[in-house]
Amino acid sequence: MRATVLVRPKPGILDPQGEAVGSALGHLGFAVKDARVGKVIDLDVEAADPTEAKAKVEKMCEQLLANPLIESYEVEIEQQS
Amino acid sequence: MSSSPRVGVVTYPGSQDDRDALWALIALGAEAVTVWHEESDLSDLDAVVLPGGFSYGDHLRCGAIARFSPATGAVREFAAAGGYVLGICNGFQILCEAGLLPGALLRNESLRFVCRDVPLRVERSDLPFTSRCIPGQRLVIPVKHGDGRYVPPPDLDPAQIVLRYLDNPNGSVDAIAGVCNEAGNVMGLMPHPEHAVDPLLGSDHGAFILASLIDAARDRSFATIS
Repeated sequence: MRATVLVRPKPGILDPQGEAVGSALGHLGFAVKDARVGKVIDLDVEAADPTEAKAKVEKMCEQLLANPLIESYEVEIEQQS
Repeated sequence: MSSSPRVGVVTYPGSQDDRDALWALIALGAEAVTVWHEESDLSDLDAVVLPGGFSYGDHLRCGAIARFSPATGAVREFAAAGGYVLGICNGFQILCEAGLLPGALLRNESLRFVCRDVPLRVERSDLPFTSRCIPGQRLVIPVKHGDGRYVPPPDLDPAQIVLRYLDNPNGSVDAIAGVCNEAGNVMGLMPHPEHAVDPLLGSDHGAFILASLIDAARDRSFATIS
């Protein structure tokens, strides 16, 4: 089952990479008020159903994929047709 | 019976400063030995140093993968038994990721790799890592890192701050350069004391930290024998 994890710097954590991206977009003429840079982790997980897949991936996030002090995460499970 | 305490330096895949750490510890009177990352028994050591570098390629987050190596598990047991553990640069990042030290280290505020001597202030001298210092002492020790911006947990006890930058090179919160755990037997710092033990290399102030650790390790080895 395909899962996507979005990892973001938590609000209040300084994100100089986001600031650099925001400033570069400004140079291109785009008015951007705020830019934050996180990461995407795509997984193919063995699970019987989406609920189980989500529970597994959330455990992975807690134990490795995100550092809870500085990052928040969001798990998306691709619903199979 | 030797008066030289045995200090282990862990070599992970991607460690870089393990040899400098060994050299510096030997120069300061320790019997320094390499601890391979697959080793899981540190019971014959009096102290352990986790060196700088880019363990496991810094993948995901600096120190995040090294946390799972057998040697890190052994370091956790060693620290739980009261053993002295010093993490330098990447070693500091590993100790934070392993939960042995509070906080996290993020990309430098400048987004630039910094490599220069930085002045530091010693906040505590009652630790096994700073016993040769006096509070408020100024030390000049080099940093070389891209991910050294320290972010403490909201509940960090200020007493755990051991070193502060006088000229914050990376945007660390409260200019924190080094912290210890609550028990005071585990410390991490971004500056590299092992690169500053010979005046020929610009500064020998790193010896204040490493010689303090060796003193403490020696006392511990005698305590174990007697």
